[in-house]
Amino acid sequence: MSPSPRHTRLAGLEPLVITPELNFINVGERTNVTGSARFRRLIVEEKYEEAVEIALQQVENGARIIDVNMDEGLLDSEQAMTTFLNLIAAEPDIARVPVMVDSSKFSVIEAGLRCLQGKGIVNSISLKEGEAAFLEQARRVRRYGAAVIVMAFDETGQADNAERMLECLSRAYTLLTEQAGYPPEDIIFDPNIFPVATGMAEHDNYCVEFIEATRELKRRFPHCHVSGGVSNMSFSFRGNDVVREAMHSVFLYHATRAGMDMGIVNAGQLAVYDDIDPELRELVEDVVLNRRSDATERLLDAAARFKGDGQKETRDEAWREKPVAERLKYSLVKGIDKFIVEDTEEARQAHASSLEVIEGPLMDGMNYVGDLFGEGKMFLPQVVKSARVMKKAVAHLVPYLEKEKKVGDKKGKILLATVKGDVHDIGKNIVGVVLACNGFDIVDLGVMVPTEKILEEARRHEVDVIGLSGLITPSLDEMVQVAEALNDANFDLPLLIGGATTSRAHTALRIDPAYRQPVVWVKDASRSVDVARKLASRQHREAYAADIASDYETVRERAAKGRQRKPLISLEKARANAFRADFNRHVPEKPKATGVQVIDGWPLDELVDYIDWTPFFRTWELAGRFPDILDDEIVGEAARSVYADARDMLERIVKEKWLTARAVLGLLPAQSDGDDVLLYTDESRSEVLERLVMLRQQADKPQANLCLADFVAPKDSGVKDWCGLFAVTAGIGIEEAAARLPDNDDYADIMLKALADRLAEALAEALHHKVRTEYWGYASDESLDNEAMIDERYRGIRPAPGYPACPDHSEKDKLFSLLQAPDKIGMTLTESWAMLPTASVSGYYFGHPDAQYFVVGKIERDQLEDYARRQGISIEDAERNLRPSLG
Amino acid sequence: MSFLDWHDPDRVQALKQALTTRILLLDGAMGTMIQAEKLDEAAFRGERFANHNDDLKGNNDLLVLTQPALIESIHRQFLDVGCDLIETNTFNANRISQADYALEELSEEINREAARLARQACDAVATEERPRFVVGVLGPTNRTASISPDVSSPGYRNVDFQGLVDTYIEAVRGLLDGGADLLMIETIFDTLNAKAAIFAVQEVFEERQARWPLLISGTITDASGRTLSGQTAEAFYYSVAHADPLAVGFNCALGADQLKPHVKALSRVATCLVSAHPNAGLPNEFGDYDESPEEMASVIGQYARDGLINLVGGCCGTTPQHLAAIARAVGEHAPRALKQEKAA
Repeated sequence: MSPSPRHTRLAGLEPLVITPELNFINVGERTNVTGSARFRRLIVEEKYEEAVEIALQQVENGARIIDVNMDEGLLDSEQAMTTFLNLIAAEPDIARVPVMVDSSKFSVIEAGLRCLQGKGIVNSISLKEGEAAFLEQARRVRRYGAAVIVMAFDETGQADNAERMLECLSRAYTLLTEQAGYPPEDIIFDPNIFPVATGMAEHDNYCVEFIEATRELKRRFPHCHVSGGVSNMSFSFRGNDVVREAMHSVFLYHATRAGMDMGIVNAGQLAVYDDIDPELRELVEDVVLNRRSDATERLLDAAARFKGDGQKETRDEAWREKPVAERLKYSLVKGIDKFIVEDTEEARQAHASSLEVIEGPLMDGMNYVGDLFGEGKMFLPQVVKSARVMKKAVAHLVPYLEKEKKVGDKKGKILLATVKGDVHDIGKNIVGVVLACNGFDIVDLGVMVPTEKILEEARRHEVDVIGLSGLITPSLDEMVQVAEALNDANFDLPLLIGGATTSRAHTALRIDPAYRQPVVWVKDASRSVDVARKLASRQHREAYAADIASDYETVRERAAKGRQRKPLISLEKARANAFRADFNRHVPEKPKATGVQVIDGWPLDELVDYIDWTPFFRTWELAGRFPDILDDEIVGEAARSVYADARDMLERIVKEKWLTARAVLGLLPAQSDGDDVLLYTDESRSEVLERLVMLRQQADKPQANLCLADFVAPKDSGVKDWCGLFAVTAGIGIEEAAARLPDNDDYADIMLKALADRLAEALAEALHHKVRTEYWGYASDESLDNEAMIDERYRGIRPAPGYPACPDHSEKDKLFSLLQAPDKIGMTLTESWAMLPTASVSGYYFGHPDAQYFVVGKIERDQLEDYARRQGISIEDAERNLRPSLG
Repeated sequence: MSFLDWHDPDRVQALKQALTTRILLLDGAMGTMIQAEKLDEAAFRGERFANHNDDLKGNNDLLVLTQPALIESIHRQFLDVGCDLIETNTFNANRISQADYALEELSEEINREAARLARQACDAVATEERPRFVVGVLGPTNRTASISPDVSSPGYRNVDFQGLVDTYIEAVRGLLDGGADLLMIETIFDTLNAKAAIFAVQEVFEERQARWPLLISGTITDASGRTLSGQTAEAFYYSVAHADPLAVGFNCALGADQLKPHVKALSRVATCLVSAHPNAGLPNEFGDYDESPEEMASVIGQYARDGLINLVGGCCGTTPQHLAAIARAVGEHAPRALKQEKAA
């Protein structure tokens, strides 16, 4: 095992290891009431939210540690320190960095340390009160696990020359390491930075003394650090930020060369040494290094000429100076489309043909993007942005390409299609973009593509690979049928399978055996490139296919064993172990409004707060829970970027009304009849309007074997109960909205669809909320925030047909006809019961306090037969509809 | 770095000696073993608490007073399959958690009795060549010092550092009085709670002018790879390293498979020994753990083969059979080599 070097190792939510490569650690200084008038005002006025913002800005501006100081006479400093640190602990974007607890009062320091879960720094302790007090404080700090700054101060006073600085600090080092158990790397020295250019000659050498002391401290104690409050030195130039920033920059330039490696500075305002006006730099250097006796006067005289607001943030556009190939690569990697046309044109004029531009610099850039993606250094949203830039470049070259009549070499041609009955294409489009980026030619047949068309187009385009996609469970059967058709027609093309409900297990058990050629399940877009490359290559295909085949064989063997291992119980037994809700304890509430109702044009802005963002990031293959994902070490940057783009588009969708949200719901008299739910025409409950047929769990387990019908009062109980139905969509107008997007912009297209999906889910959530509090009204006093809502901490459930508690998609037929969804809100079903528009949700409402989501899981033959009888359909039809639930 | 001497230098020597030669075995789950007994309310109450006002079913820690024979027999089952270190049944034996049962006054007594029971079980089987050690467990309590329980008021806390320190001091005293050889702060979901526990441990060491070896074990709660309070594995380690622990590690929440990358992250940076006691897989839809002893042991075997660990055991759902399988799987492998700090 390699030895681990002695570095200072601090932590907020994330580690900060101070290695020599970091050069200089910026400590944010704006959260200090003694240094920032604004922060002081906010704290005194108890405007903590705004004060927290300042901490955030510090971290965003590059502070690696934030200094927090509450030393102000008007304040209860211990309380203010505790309140502020507890608040920033709740902000992951701030809490990721370590905190420096800054106070001249030890009780305030201790109050701060009691709030830090990470390893912070204490600023500061000193020998001012003698050795005993110093050791007592040092040991206590150690017990809280913090590093410590020691100030050059002892019983005789504050050190203001190098010799005294070294005397105080060397003594402190010995005490800390020999009597308080400190490792050297947890000790930071502050030799004192005092103001220069004050007009008093005895102050002129302060900076020089600091720099000299620093040099010697680093020589004696190489594992320790040297820090200081930098802005102090320019105190006499208050009001002139240009001069102050120049002074800080020049001071740091020399002090860091002497070994100062940490400093409390305003991270957002620091001039670059080389960028300082040479005349000003010279004048400042004279002052800092005390090079001439009139240095102060000369700087004062000149200062007025350099007055200004100081450093403004500027974008680094240095990359524009580079050669054109470099610029193209930069634009592709960063997803910048601003210069792509002019750069592409410049490259075209420099190359013999347009094709050379594509195959040369552009493909080089995209290959680099592909490599970064493969290494996990870029993420999907960034890659899709790169692809957008690439498309723009290629679009510029197309007219020239046509003139030149040349066709490029492609890695292979891939046909993509969402199968018949299914309308979901976000995932398929992402795969298409990613494959195209990697040099494949894509033939995208769109959604709801019948089997015959897939075969026909595959022949016509002479493709190398066929890829099928689908989201809903009936699509799994469709895919098997496509595989069978390919087999019957003697195709020899490999088949790729992808989409949310597809799985390795299903592919191995059902699709692979149906087709003689390789069938490969692709987990997500990032895997598709590697798989496609291997399958399109005559050279690798065979070996790869053999690997996959043996892998799937193992899956099949394991599944065969699994079936033997866990027997299900009979339907009779499962029913005997049903969940029995107590309808004496809970008497169902009569809905305030029964019958079918339509809400057209639900205000989109009301839906924004209901959005559950976590699945949105999953769409982009970014794993993690919102909002934590924005701060994730690995995908955080990509997540923040795609989130910012999403919020921008969402704002336009809402403001410019790109989409229309509609809902229809019905709350109907209901009772259960065994595993069915009976809906009645009216409160007389004499005539059955519809019979909803549900499935029951058959797993062998101690808890109840659940069925949704268990949550409705039984017919023979005499208790009146109700059940709800709903269908909502946020996808009305999406085609028109898509037409507004720039051509060839897959990124925007995918974004729009993903957002419409989120809005539909949000609408389902909002409507459910309204049902609980108003229409049904059984929870009129409910008050939950969005997070609690996403966590489903409310009474009642809204399961959707096709999902785990009621896996039969065909039940949507009843739902849509009872609600008259096609007429009332323009929602329809495909032959596989996929909903159109795609951004839609439909389901049932159960209001019983014990109603819960569950997974039906596998069912036995006895339930299948019983189910077919209750639905009034053939066993074969029932088998088809319930395939995923069958063993 | 502490300047205090070991309370029992010979036992610490014996422990360190064993740790240099092989991977030592912590025991398995106490909670799920007790659950399997399906004890009723009366069994939890015993005679002593027959008239207590609050329900006591589920107060597993109380069983050291009301069902001592059962607890000792669970310790014995783990000792019989070769566990070197036995954890006291004190996960919730602290004033804060016991308040749920209105038994906060019993905290010190439960800790003392729990340590005594584990001591008795260990001493019955220990030999000169094969010493067994009692690990006094300090659980996380049921409150978090760095997270607000109220989403609308992020600065609010329902427990503070000093409250936790006071709670832990009581527990530590009980554990040491009952004869614990080591202490373990475990299932840490909030590092600030753990830092309070460390603070308390050091206070008691100071009070007794002696120290005991300390194990520290955090919990990575989900796929984000962070503790509940948001820290990465590496940040967690740096935040507790000042305790100068004998070992740091992770336990609970995940199965051995999912926990491995996090143990690896720790193993990469820790300059002390490394421990792991994962669950028997992830809970299934009924809340049970069903990873078999063989499945779990094969993954733990990889931990050992990769040189990641010095101490290994099991958390929720692990039975003596799991530990027996783990013992076989790690037996042939050398323990992780200790990292030395070097001058940069």
